[in-house]
Amino acid sequence: MTNTLGRADFDVIAGWVQPGETVLDLGCGDGALLKLLAAERGVRGWGIEIDPANVLAAVANGVNVIQSNLEGGLAGFEDGAFDHVVLSRTLQTVRHTQGILAEMLRVGRDAVVSFPNFAYWKNRMAVMAGRMPVSEDLPFQWYDTPNVRFFTIDDFDALCVEMGVTVRERMVLDDKGRQIAEEQNFLGSLAVYRIRR
Amino acid sequence: MTKVSGIGAVEAKRERFDESLRLRSGVELAGFELAYETYGTLNAAGSNAILVCHALSGHHHVAGHYADNPKNVGWWDNIVGPGRPLDTDRFFIVGLNNLGGCHGSTGPASVNPATGKPWGRDFPIVTVEDWIDAQARLADRLGIDQWAATIGGSLGGMQAMQWTIQYPERVRHALVIAAAPRLSAENIAFNEVARQAILSDPDYEAGRRPVRGLRLARMLGHITYLSDDQMADKFGRRLRHGEFRYGFDVEFEVESYLRYQGDKFAGWFDADTYLRMTKALDYFDPAAACGGDLAAALAQAKAKFFVASFSTDWRFSPARSREIVNALVKNRQDVAYAEIESQHGHDSFLMEDAHYHAVVAAYLKGVKT
Repeated sequence: MTNTLGRADFDVIAGWVQPGETVLDLGCGDGALLKLLAAERGVRGWGIEIDPANVLAAVANGVNVIQSNLEGGLAGFEDGAFDHVVLSRTLQTVRHTQGILAEMLRVGRDAVVSFPNFAYWKNRMAVMAGRMPVSEDLPFQWYDTPNVRFFTIDDFDALCVEMGVTVRERMVLDDKGRQIAEEQNFLGSLAVYRIRR
Repeated sequence: MTKVSGIGAVEAKRERFDESLRLRSGVELAGFELAYETYGTLNAAGSNAILVCHALSGHHHVAGHYADNPKNVGWWDNIVGPGRPLDTDRFFIVGLNNLGGCHGSTGPASVNPATGKPWGRDFPIVTVEDWIDAQARLADRLGIDQWAATIGGSLGGMQAMQWTIQYPERVRHALVIAAAPRLSAENIAFNEVARQAILSDPDYEAGRRPVRGLRLARMLGHITYLSDDQMADKFGRRLRHGEFRYGFDVEFEVESYLRYQGDKFAGWFDADTYLRMTKALDYFDPAAACGGDLAAALAQAKAKFFVASFSTDWRFSPARSREIVNALVKNRQDVAYAEIESQHGHDSFLMEDAHYHAVVAAYLKGVKT
């Protein structure tokens, strides 16, 4: 499920997490983010992953991986069990968007979410030209994409308001992983949010 | 089909422990013997040892075969050996027969020193905690201060976990496979029916070997070890004679299978051992000492954990393993958990499955020796 092609959001997340804090990484893939956070930030982490091959890779990486599906996987965790709950490049693949965000904010103090911005100008150009976008951050054809929710940075901001969630940090990157400060919904390919209840 | 063992010929060993052992039941056992086997080489620091704990009917013959009986291959041979997940080139593997067993360790068939006669049904009931105490004596004798890992499936997984609670300083990793933190009422109910099959056998009441009771107990057990899917696959409604015979002899293939398994088991297993193993299962509940709080019970563990369950295991379902995982995560302890697709039900932990073995191997590769 996790796309590990680009790791630009990993560096952003690493910058937001303090040494000694705990992280739950949802859809942790082969555990690359958790391994990075442990090595560079002294963070204690656990990951949730459903794909058997990824679970095997994460175990081989020495990561605390828990094989489970995302939408039911947090039920066993207590309120506020983690400092951060991370969902990297996966929110667009989850059907129950509000449910998973609420669960993340229940078990974590902060939720960190990264997602591809469908309003990125190159994506708009692709649609203008009559085709669904395929890019570094949206690396799938329309017929085999795991994505089920198509939304933009502005859409996500609106959802945060609707859910009464505070946006603590927002970092927007272009398709080269460079930070974008202006016109983020137009110039940003990938958004990384830190939100709090 | 003759199975080929990875490690080759092995020998059973035995150690005698003269210091008495106080059991949880209050009974004082004046010394005991343990049958065990070892594979691989203990390193100079004594830091590469793995303890393999057996389940209900298991024993110390975990891997390899006996030179004089090459067909007698260990019960978990497929995972133990050179280059196998429990790699004997790296690890020193110890398997033993638990106290109360019927494969060479002190148990109901042993002579009670107080009477000079076999203990039989007077052998005390032993608990998982008692087993761990006995296993610790064996570790001392072998020069193992700390296990690199304890591992087991089912009741064996419970022992692997109990080690981390009872002797937290003596285990670095625990691999808890197809286990549960305690039995459910349904689990206990199955055990009770199995025990009643034995206890109500007129032969048992008369002091003879309760073959019929053991047979029934094993038939019942076997149903719970398999999955519905697997039974459908393996037997379906296939008939032995292709037609109904309107009688009570074997007609359906599944009946034939259960009778065969029951007969095989009743031919060699000790009924008094069986009764005690099921009681050890029923009593096991490390959370009880902490008011039912499993996380509190596990809080003292210093080990890192690997937990695995199997999709079609309904005896100890994946949800039961998740209870252990959730308690560990609550304590912020290290744990990896794999929920493995398998059609073999509870017995999956004994089966050779490429993904299952790969995950165990991957975890053990990270265990320092």
